[in-house]
Amino acid sequence: MSLPAARKMSSTESVYLVEVVKGLVMTMTHIVKNLFDQDRFRTVEYPDVRKTMTDRYRGAHRLLLRPDGKIKCVACMCCPTICPAKCITIIAGEDPNDPAEKFPVEFDIDMLRCIFCGFCVEACPKDAIRMDTRIYEINAYTRQAMIHNKSYMVNLMDGIKPPAEEFYRLNPDSAPAGFTPDEPSATGSP
Amino acid sequence: MTFEDTLPYLVAVGRCVFAVVFVMQILPLLIWAERKGAAYIQDRPGPNRAHVFGIRAAGLVHTLNDVVKLIMKEDIVPSHVEKRYWAAAPVIAMSVALCTWVVVPFGDNFMGYQLKVSDIDGGVLFVLAATSIGVYGVMLAGWASNNKFSLLGGLRASAQMVSYELSMGLSAVVVFLMAGSVSLSTIAEMQAGPIWNWVVFTPMGLLAFVLFWTAAFAETNRTPFDLPEGEAELVGGYHTEYSSLRFALFFMAEYANMIVASSVTATLFFGGYNVPFVTPAMLREHADWVLMAAAGAAPLFLVFAVLAWKRQSRPFYQALPAGDARLKEPKVFVGVWVGAALAHLAIGAAGAMGVASKLSLNFATFGFLENTAIFGPDLVTAVVQVTVLAAKVLFGCWFFIWVRWTVPRFRYDQLMDLGWKRMLPLALANVLAAGIWVAFFPNGLLATLGLK
Repeated sequence: MSLPAARKMSSTESVYLVEVVKGLVMTMTHIVKNLFDQDRFRTVEYPDVRKTMTDRYRGAHRLLLRPDGKIKCVACMCCPTICPAKCITIIAGEDPNDPAEKFPVEFDIDMLRCIFCGFCVEACPKDAIRMDTRIYEINAYTRQAMIHNKSYMVNLMDGIKPPAEEFYRLNPDSAPAGFTPDEPSATGSP
Repeated sequence: MTFEDTLPYLVAVGRCVFAVVFVMQILPLLIWAERKGAAYIQDRPGPNRAHVFGIRAAGLVHTLNDVVKLIMKEDIVPSHVEKRYWAAAPVIAMSVALCTWVVVPFGDNFMGYQLKVSDIDGGVLFVLAATSIGVYGVMLAGWASNNKFSLLGGLRASAQMVSYELSMGLSAVVVFLMAGSVSLSTIAEMQAGPIWNWVVFTPMGLLAFVLFWTAAFAETNRTPFDLPEGEAELVGGYHTEYSSLRFALFFMAEYANMIVASSVTATLFFGGYNVPFVTPAMLREHADWVLMAAAGAAPLFLVFAVLAWKRQSRPFYQALPAGDARLKEPKVFVGVWVGAALAHLAIGAAGAMGVASKLSLNFATFGFLENTAIFGPDLVTAVVQVTVLAAKVLFGCWFFIWVRWTVPRFRYDQLMDLGWKRMLPLALANVLAAGIWVAFFPNGLLATLGLK
């Protein structure tokens, strides 16, 4: 395979200067326009202003509840099966009061592995998991805190949306094994 | 030891201090202009977040942060470098950049003393010689870093600077021919008076300016000729292994070189410290009028600055949450500026009433400097000339920045092609043409045709 031949430069182009001046005029036009109309900027002043994501945006996962307050998930294992990143861990259990259905004793999503493909949401037969939170700031000081567990994902949309770290500190009982809230360390390994 | 005995030494120290301070004060401004200019060309707001007690100064505080960061950073000395040469390289780069400025006149004279650091007969030749030494800084850095990428960067830099020095020197020769001298002071004096006395408004001078200015981009290693640090292929080029203040020296040397190149170009082609249509003698004669014009222009400039800054910052303040320290900034700035304008008005009123009429203040009444009866006009003239030179230099530096964010980088073979096959023959032909021109019209075209 041969590359296409380079376009021959015209006589004015081969002097460079004319084209350089054209470019200079163009950049100066941008400067002048921007000096007089700051609304042309596309920059979002991030910590002060946050972008509103569209409805289709796939953010952090949340787990939904039935009207009676029980979790919708029936631990059918569809989502961990379809998950291409293998980041969902479900331990199924049986509720003696409701023997017809299983329920997840533990439902962990390792957000460090998740690729936000949304397959888990599509695979779910019970509409128990959704990614409609629009939360894109998923961060923590420890790897443990990056594992979102059942209680965190159930409470994600209640009022404020705390980062997982803060949530686990407030609810130490629901923190994943090995989570040590008082010693944040960026280098800690699970 | 009397005051008159120590005066020459004081003058020498003062000149040196001024030369260094002039460059070092423009440096942070240039770094700021580089960032803000790049941002505005690319439709971004640019640096606007760092603040001291809520004062952001349109991003100038970021430059302050840079200084603190570069000083506090760990000075890493890699184990594989040639320690002595490696440490010397940034010092050479920076000191040569500062030295080159010494032959540029920043005014004609002030109470009998020439306003330039050193009156070397070599003049522009010294500039060309000093920039050649500047190559050593880059070359040593590349070689002593003892790694392949730095070596390649150093090689590119030296090859490119040596190639473009030819066109640069030959373009300067055109100006020598026209002025009949290599001294920058003489060249600047020649261009006093009407604006068409500037070398750039002669046909040979225009071509010489274009060649000189293009070569200056290569000499200072700025885009489109910044191949020595071409980050896409050479990591950081010759300064890959440097950190902390050693890197800062290279960084500052680049901007100092821009200032030097701009001031030499301004002096060679754009009349140096001369105000268009105004000779230094006219400035001295009408110093009081100059002072009053400046007194009128300063409040206008202040008002413009406030308006421009308020417009610039509007979207940012709309975005801030309540209670943010930066919300105080508009009040502080407006307060400072209104205060400055009022103070200026008071001083201006006082000056207009009394001081301006007594500009020819005789210092002999205080018992010293008997031979300098004209302190006032000389001071006004010097200030105006330095300001005019600074304005020209700043525009030149801005042009460097402007081109950097407009023109993409050359490929290395294109760079050599441009330098050797196009610019060098043009420069040679230009010298020949200028020689013929000077031989036939020794007093300039207008005088020969009887128009002057």
